[in-house]
Amino acid sequence: MKIFNLLPVLLFSGSVCMLACSEGVKKGEKPVEIQELTKEQEEKHGPEIKADEIKLTNPLDAKLVAAGKATYELKCQSCHKLTGEKLVGPGWQDVTKRRTPTWIMNMITNTEMMLDSDAEAQKLLELCMVRMPNQNISKDQSRELIEFMRNNDGEK
Amino acid sequence: MKHNSIKSIIPFLFAAVGLLNFQSCKPKGAQSAVSGDAASKVYVAPGKYDEFYDFVSGGFSGQMSVYGIPSGRLLRVIPVFSVDPEKGYGYSEETKPMLNTSHGFVPWDDLHHIALSETDGIHDGRWVFANGNNTPRLARIDLKTFRTAEILEIPNSAGNHSSPFITENSEYIVAGTRFSIPMDNSNGDVPINTYKENFKGTLSFVAIDKTSGNMKINFQILLPGVNFDLARAGKGKSHGWFFFSCYNSERANTLLEVNASQKDKDFILCVDWKKAEEYLKAGKGQKKPVSYAHNIYNEKTHTATSTMEKEVVMLDPKDCPGMVYFMPCPKSPHGCDTDPTGEYIVGSGKLAATIPVFSFTKIQAAIAAKSYDGDYEGIPVLKYESVLYGEVQKPGLGPLHTEFDDKGNAYTSFFVSSEVVKWNIKDLKVLDRVPTYYSVGHLSIPGGPTKKPWGKYLIAYNKITKDRFLPTGPELAQSAQLYDISGEKMKLLLDFPTIGEPHYGEMIPANLIVKNSQKIYKIEDNGNAYAAKGDNYARVERKGNEIHVYATSIRSHFTPDNIEGVKMGDVVYFHITNLEQDWDVPHGFAIKGANNGELLIMPGETQTLKWTPEKAGVYPFYCTDFCSALHQEMQGYIRVSVAGSNVPISFSTGKTTPDSSTVTKPAK
Repeated sequence: MKIFNLLPVLLFSGSVCMLACSEGVKKGEKPVEIQELTKEQEEKHGPEIKADEIKLTNPLDAKLVAAGKATYELKCQSCHKLTGEKLVGPGWQDVTKRRTPTWIMNMITNTEMMLDSDAEAQKLLELCMVRMPNQNISKDQSRELIEFMRNNDGEK
Repeated sequence: MKHNSIKSIIPFLFAAVGLLNFQSCKPKGAQSAVSGDAASKVYVAPGKYDEFYDFVSGGFSGQMSVYGIPSGRLLRVIPVFSVDPEKGYGYSEETKPMLNTSHGFVPWDDLHHIALSETDGIHDGRWVFANGNNTPRLARIDLKTFRTAEILEIPNSAGNHSSPFITENSEYIVAGTRFSIPMDNSNGDVPINTYKENFKGTLSFVAIDKTSGNMKINFQILLPGVNFDLARAGKGKSHGWFFFSCYNSERANTLLEVNASQKDKDFILCVDWKKAEEYLKAGKGQKKPVSYAHNIYNEKTHTATSTMEKEVVMLDPKDCPGMVYFMPCPKSPHGCDTDPTGEYIVGSGKLAATIPVFSFTKIQAAIAAKSYDGDYEGIPVLKYESVLYGEVQKPGLGPLHTEFDDKGNAYTSFFVSSEVVKWNIKDLKVLDRVPTYYSVGHLSIPGGPTKKPWGKYLIAYNKITKDRFLPTGPELAQSAQLYDISGEKMKLLLDFPTIGEPHYGEMIPANLIVKNSQKIYKIEDNGNAYAAKGDNYARVERKGNEIHVYATSIRSHFTPDNIEGVKMGDVVYFHITNLEQDWDVPHGFAIKGANNGELLIMPGETQTLKWTPEKAGVYPFYCTDFCSALHQEMQGYIRVSVAGSNVPISFSTGKTTPDSSTVTKPAK
């Protein structure tokens, strides 16, 4: 039994010696950077939406408004009221007057990117203390939500 | 015995350690390569993925565990045949039917073997099958979700050990009886010592639907009351055949340890299942009234249903000549493994001193020439010498199981001498041997039982752990040991503990599964009858004495989270829909005093917990799975009033208490 107790110690001393040698790391292999790895794992939910991709027209498209409302009720309503009242996230009243459509759509479809890089999004995180979840909403659905938000803000 | 083997390896270990200490800084020699680089070979850097998945049976835990290889990291325990309060499996209303059987709800089983689905004799990563040994069942796990998708009970069976081995295009998995018994539709109330007369064994051929994976017993074969042990399908040239080892050809019904070890040889049963299919088609089968459960989990409704099946078709070899042959195999054969070419069948007699290797070509020739050694209960016995390719001489003590690499080598485990022996299939020469710690059972090589072994690693699943890990009282985790088999000599790399008893495991390259792995259930597709798809549908309804709470969960609140109007005598069903649509954001649900389990609800899923309040009062419920910075705030209350109370049903989130009219006045 004593012999067995010694074995791990002996093996351990061997591995310490290994680490001390430059031979321990194979040639051509870079040492692992954990930061790099966490970036590799980061989820991106869609390409960034650029300002020139989004065209708003009047009058509002009733079909888009209706589709946006359905998505709102399924995926957004739990946290966002249609008034100005904050629930988990900010209320939606006047959101289309505070933010550009591109900003809103990226916040919906590319939440992680926005929370990492956008100062306004980061301010909201500090205020709400809950990271806005990725609700698996497509670019088209986010465009429908914009129409629904405009409708909510009284646009015709 | 064990201590002797331990002592004998100590000098070797010392030598290895010594070499490591002194030589690790010097240019690498053959010896230092043996053990010096083991750590780097199993090191998978943080955030990096393992190269292989390893699906390992959980034995008497009834579950299946999933490890990453080469790191040996435990990735998941999949509940299969046993309830799992952690995941709500067998506790939620949706999953309870999965464990239904002809004996009612059976919350435990003994999961022994693993079979990954195959296409063209190669693991395809679609499903993994497992057998329940105690109350005979088969399970299919969907590898998109890593969840048990289907459980099929096997009638006319006991001790479903010879299972669930699979054919090369997943046409069939099989279920062979370890315990022979009187058939289900006969009078089973017979003296046990009428074994030879009344007890039968059966083999079930369970067809797998190519698209859905659904299982169906296509036919059973009625056989003498031997103990079927293990099996492998033929492949390549032997596709269409199945080989089953069996022991207790003495047909003893007591003290089998002695009485089933009398004969010099038992058998491997060769089944021509294509011929069986022809007989089935020709109407040679007899319909037998039986009763067995067939449970399917519907991915759309997140709900299982259990159906009782009423019939199987039984083929009797008496009516089906040329369908089955016995092949003598020395001393209580256990493992029965076909090599990647399908030509060689390796039998492993638990008490034998040699390993016989049978030739499929010779089996066919022997059948054609009627080279028989009499019959056993009317079934022809092939002449041992006519079917034998050769024997591996003096391989070790107590051969059990054999797996194959990609270079024409076989690896056989030896329980009694605690070692793995590598030998060449063609010349039957022993090439290498390594000790295991201790008493190895099954072996596993990635793709080892298929036409395309990937090789590289071998895992030994050991029965006894003793001094390998920090002691944890009398009960120890059983161990798996990972060996590098890429070179001529096998090299021990890693020990890791396992769940329950790791009877068998199968490894598969991770990329075959990762690409299909599901991240969420789409909320739009949620077809659960009790789903609340959005807060507009969150509500509480009374149906007689049933209260149905349709609630939603999202970071970090339930809707509703204040519920009143429940009375004593009511049964409450919490239907919780997780509205999240982001990977790895499950919400939990638990309520004080619940005498079942919790719910763990995946994004987009609905699950139901039944709760019967025991007395009036207020009960908190909360989310059990840390979901956000405000997870600790994710809670609610349900009020239970006395029977006959006039408190109306009310429910809300984000409102203050209901008006005073609903406060129950204390009885005077």
